[in-house]
Amino acid sequence: MTQKTKHTSDFRPLDVQAIRGDFPIFADTPPLAFLDSAASTQTPRPVVEAMDAYYDTYRSNIHRGVYRISEEATDQYEKARQKVAQLINAPRTSQVVFTRNTTESINLVAYSWGSLNIQQGDEIVLTDLEHHSNLVPWQLLAQRTGATLRFLEITDEGLLDFTQLRDVLSPKTKLVAITHVSNVLGTITPIQSIIDAAHTAGAKVIVDAAQSVPHFHVDVQQLDCDFLAFSGHKMCGPTGVGVLYGKSELLDDMPPFLGGGSMIRSVERDISTYADVPAKFEAGTPSIAEAIGLGAAVDYLTQAGLASIHVHEQELLKYAHERLQEIEGITIYGPAPHQKAGVISFDMEGIHPHDIAGILDTHNVAIRAGHHCAQPLMKKLDVIATARASFYLYNTLEDVDRLYEGLQKAQTLMTRRNK
Amino acid sequence: MNIYQEELLDHYENPSNYGTLPNPDISHEEDNPLCGDKIRIDLIVEDDIIKEVRFSGHGCTISLAAASMLTEEIVGKSLTEVKKLSRDDILDMVGIPLGPVRVKCALLALKVLKAGAYGIKGWPGEEDE
Repeated sequence: MTQKTKHTSDFRPLDVQAIRGDFPIFADTPPLAFLDSAASTQTPRPVVEAMDAYYDTYRSNIHRGVYRISEEATDQYEKARQKVAQLINAPRTSQVVFTRNTTESINLVAYSWGSLNIQQGDEIVLTDLEHHSNLVPWQLLAQRTGATLRFLEITDEGLLDFTQLRDVLSPKTKLVAITHVSNVLGTITPIQSIIDAAHTAGAKVIVDAAQSVPHFHVDVQQLDCDFLAFSGHKMCGPTGVGVLYGKSELLDDMPPFLGGGSMIRSVERDISTYADVPAKFEAGTPSIAEAIGLGAAVDYLTQAGLASIHVHEQELLKYAHERLQEIEGITIYGPAPHQKAGVISFDMEGIHPHDIAGILDTHNVAIRAGHHCAQPLMKKLDVIATARASFYLYNTLEDVDRLYEGLQKAQTLMTRRNK
Repeated sequence: MNIYQEELLDHYENPSNYGTLPNPDISHEEDNPLCGDKIRIDLIVEDDIIKEVRFSGHGCTISLAAASMLTEEIVGKSLTEVKKLSRDDILDMVGIPLGPVRVKCALLALKVLKAGAYGIKGWPGEEDE
């Protein structure tokens, strides 16, 4: 993977024990084995402290206050934008729009860019791996405009069937909306090749990076993606803040998404002119504390080193595959560890995923069970639900051992009874 | 208290009234789209009294054990009484504290039963809201 090799020079092993010290939630003995970071991560103290500092010492609205603490709030909010821009190597800080989350970022593009660029007969290419957040907005756009959705399918291993790309892309393709990492299978998609092929076909590309930006280096200039969306709460930041990156020429031409304060230049009774990006897309008072918290989260992850985080997760993932495969009746979905991010989806013969998660919970091991907001993928895998463990920088090999032991106990408890 | 209690597991392992009826007076099926659990309940009803009941489907321990307990409870009762069964009646039967997600599992059988008793296509809204 290019993202990994490019940055291996900054690799140093994570000091996981020191990192865990920054997360009060792990202070109990035995600690919580939190294996659901793909849904939402835990929050380190520096992130909470950055938000506390805003609330305790300079709480005020941004942009228009002509007093000291409002200038401080504006400054910190904009610094957070700079940090995010640096993280993804955006050419300009103004290309980073703060939203509520990945879902809102994608909806912004679907409504704003979509209303201007998608017409009847146009095609939008998606994949079988998409989270509902990168599927439903395009369904709605297709319904509004008469456009058609087309899908890249996955192989039995849970990889994208790249050979179909040539058939699916056509002059009708206006947009390819694709996840960088599957939240269910962990599959890392061949995003670079897909972006290059889409551009050759004349289509724009939006990348759902909710599961990639938190876990390894993503460089928007290298990828040359047109849009990229991710969430703060999956990268040690707070809930309520997300990011949309876009190419300047696209963002500049797009009409506003939400109207209101902050996004205007001048307002008359019947007509308004709009502010430049990113303000054009940030109507109303934004999540100021949360954006500042996200900035602190970016600092935290950068300090730990994204390359180091990725290597650590790979180690956990490989170990989890080895251990879980020892369990009788287990099925692990998705590709081999080296082809995916720190996610392991599985089910166990004769045990409902809800029961797996329920029994693990009694051992203080938190995993997710359900359709993971990816019902079409569940259908493709021919399962109703799966159990899913996911890893982040604070997880340990002991967490994996506790998952393994919990699963053994679940099996003893449940399969004795199905005989 | 642990939700994986012997009593619940016994119902899951050896559910009462599991199966289907060949000529039911009422037969209804619903699923929980969140987790894919699906339960069907068949009833033989004479003069408003439930004479026989069977349930079938698939689901987690909680949803199947609650269905098993519910079917034990309703044989000999009238449809009028069944219509009055509430969320709390089911949670009392299950007898252990459940989180909000698992409450939906426990109440699936009741939703199926009440929709069947009222002769409607599906139970409107959530029992637990």
